[in-house]
Amino acid sequence: MIIEIAHFALVLALAVALILSVVPVIGAVRRDAAMMAMASTGSLVLFSLVAFSFGVLTWAYVVSDFSVKNVWENSHSLMPLLYKYTGVWGNHEGSMLLWLLIIVLFSALVVMFGKNLPETLKANVLAVQAWIASAFLMFILLTSNPFTRLDPAPAEGQDLNPILQDFGLAIHPPLLYLGYVGFSVCFSFAVAALIEGRIDAAWARWVRPWTLAAWTFLTAGIAMGSYWAYYELGWGGWWFWDPVENASFMPWLAGTALLHSAIVMEKREALKIWTVLLAIMTFSLSLLGTFLVRSGVLTSVHAFATDPSRGIFILGILTLFIGGAFALFAWRAPRLKSGGLFQPISREGALVLNNLILTVACATVLTGTLYPLVLETITGEKISVGAPFFNLSFGLLMIPLMIAVPFGPLLAWKRADLLGAMQRLYAVVGLAFLAGLVLYYIENGGPVMAALGLAMACYLMLGALADLWYRANFGKLAFNVAWRRLVGLPRSAFGTALAHFGLGVTVLGIIIVSTYETETVLEMKQGMTAEAGGYSLVFDGMRHAVGPNYTDDQGHFSISKNGVVVADTWSSKRLYTARRMPTTEAGIVTFWLSQLYVSLGDPMDDGGIVVRIWWKPFILCIWGGCLIMMLGGFVSLSDRRLRVGAPSRKAKVAKPVKSVMEPAE
Amino acid sequence: MTRKQKRMAVIAGGVSFIMAAVLLVMFAFSQSVAYFFMPGDLKTAQISPGTRIRLGGLVEAGSVQRGAGSTVSFTVTDGTSTVPVSYTGILPDLFREGQGVVTEGAFDAASHSFVADSVLAKHDENYMPKEVADRLKKDGVWEDGSGKGMAPAKEKPAKVETTGATKP
Repeated sequence: MIIEIAHFALVLALAVALILSVVPVIGAVRRDAAMMAMASTGSLVLFSLVAFSFGVLTWAYVVSDFSVKNVWENSHSLMPLLYKYTGVWGNHEGSMLLWLLIIVLFSALVVMFGKNLPETLKANVLAVQAWIASAFLMFILLTSNPFTRLDPAPAEGQDLNPILQDFGLAIHPPLLYLGYVGFSVCFSFAVAALIEGRIDAAWARWVRPWTLAAWTFLTAGIAMGSYWAYYELGWGGWWFWDPVENASFMPWLAGTALLHSAIVMEKREALKIWTVLLAIMTFSLSLLGTFLVRSGVLTSVHAFATDPSRGIFILGILTLFIGGAFALFAWRAPRLKSGGLFQPISREGALVLNNLILTVACATVLTGTLYPLVLETITGEKISVGAPFFNLSFGLLMIPLMIAVPFGPLLAWKRADLLGAMQRLYAVVGLAFLAGLVLYYIENGGPVMAALGLAMACYLMLGALADLWYRANFGKLAFNVAWRRLVGLPRSAFGTALAHFGLGVTVLGIIIVSTYETETVLEMKQGMTAEAGGYSLVFDGMRHAVGPNYTDDQGHFSISKNGVVVADTWSSKRLYTARRMPTTEAGIVTFWLSQLYVSLGDPMDDGGIVVRIWWKPFILCIWGGCLIMMLGGFVSLSDRRLRVGAPSRKAKVAKPVKSVMEPAE
Repeated sequence: MTRKQKRMAVIAGGVSFIMAAVLLVMFAFSQSVAYFFMPGDLKTAQISPGTRIRLGGLVEAGSVQRGAGSTVSFTVTDGTSTVPVSYTGILPDLFREGQGVVTEGAFDAASHSFVADSVLAKHDENYMPKEVADRLKKDGVWEDGSGKGMAPAKEKPAKVETTGATKP
């Protein structure tokens, strides 16, 4: 019964969303306060209805109600409780419901934090959010209803895809969606501004926190997904340039550009039209990603849908929203007045360069991702565009960007002194080169590219610190005075420095891992020893184990350095009984920032087993850097100037901020 | 420089950056795009040794042979033609005889056999790479009884039968 009520709640939600799509817009045109106020109430009602449906579906999973088709297809009574919760979004219908929940959550957040938004803007923003929610509600109700019943109810479910039975599923999709869908708020603000035909620095101040929040979650979501793929799939790779990965990476690139262009707009009222366009593009890429992943045009871990009608439906939504938004843009953008002029060499100029490179890089990824699809549709020829393409094109494009990153914050607004900035970076460049030379010396030559790459990473990290150093005016002022200045810097300054520092850390990890990782594939018998990364691994033999819903063949490895045993690990081949599906559970041992990664292959006839051992030096830097970027995002978000809903100095009570983290140091 | 000249310089800089990016993309495509072939295509297509391609099809039943160390050889078939493939490394979890596979590599100049450096494994219980499935369906060798990823198990028996029917 409750299942039917939840289904009904979704239908009701559609009705509410449709009303919400129209009434506030009319209200904004007529300046009718009551009609506009409906947007706020309606958004909260919409959120409650969708949250209720989502809660019921979760409940059906927890109690293993197999009369619900979706639960039967993706759950099993023996599955650990955590996976019963996370299994809700480990399938097409449930994950679309999560998508919807997050979009209405963001509408509700706009209501909560947007108390001092102008009434008309708020009404329009919430209406645009409701358009998106309506489209996805229709999609769910017409093609992907999670509440379909089975009669008679089966006794046992079919189990969740084993790859998804992991803690990663608890974190990765919700974070990714918070990011992905969070950009819908920026989109809604952009469309609302176009409808009103008016845009100013205040608009950028309202949009920035949402962009920052979405960007922060997306960064975390992508990093988490990468780490999950790394440890779960057993191939030891952390990024595959798989179309589905690209689908989340493109909004990240566009969102990063948006984050930076919104700064220019907020401070200098320049780049208005471009910022609006970028806001539209970012969410369009999120929608495109949803289409690529959900339509089944791609084969991947993430492709659940096979029903072609779903793909066509999402393509319809995609065309409608992207086409509509761009048409609106073409029609209304000329009305937006542009402001603030600036010299090419200036903070604005640096941020324009950032935007240019990021959007071109994003376009490159888009080309590589869509070209095979387009070519196949037109000529029927099947090609694959893989990692070499992206490494070459995207990788080269990133070099000028990285060189420019430490310069940006050192340049003044409007007109800056490039030579002055260079002088300030002399020490940074010198130290970075020194680090490269040291590496070159330690490795007795080694690849020159690695030394240069390391120098680049150090340049980024030191450059971020140099920014804080010069802002606090260390070196010129007495230490005590400079220290007080440093502590007194706005949190957004620390946020910027942390994010740029994190980028350097990630680059460091990528460079070191891709140059110095070692891979050994060999057949091992009990008692045999293999060497990797200066450690010796002794294969102690296999054992058979039985888990709640799987059986495991586990191999034990003792790891020693200089004859002393320092660690041990189990690596296993697992067979999930319900689906008869094998998976590899790699044995991973962490040594500070580096890891040993052991995965098992097939048993041989003579009693040995194929073992693959990787030494991954500094691999944790890759995700550690992303975490630092994320931390930077949160620190920046907690800046009172940017605090959502507190643009004025008169804010009564300090609102609860997203993060309680104090600036580092 | 006057303001106008400066603006022109900035625009020229931006445009040349984009042009450079376009050239880079075209160059990268020419370097790294691998075309997809099935065994039957190789009779007509002239592929010189060393050219990277993707070879897809079904792993012929009974053809998998483990050599020294971790080298494995098997035969990829599309029902009519076959190509022998050798691969060193760990095969994906879902690599099975009679199942679909996509390998990437090049023909060896000396032995004329296909040396794969990667065997594609998408994690899917009914593993059938999309390219292979499309072609086999067209040729009537295989039927899509199962779909991808989250397909219900009730359709499994149908798939086992159809894959069984791949032997001509």
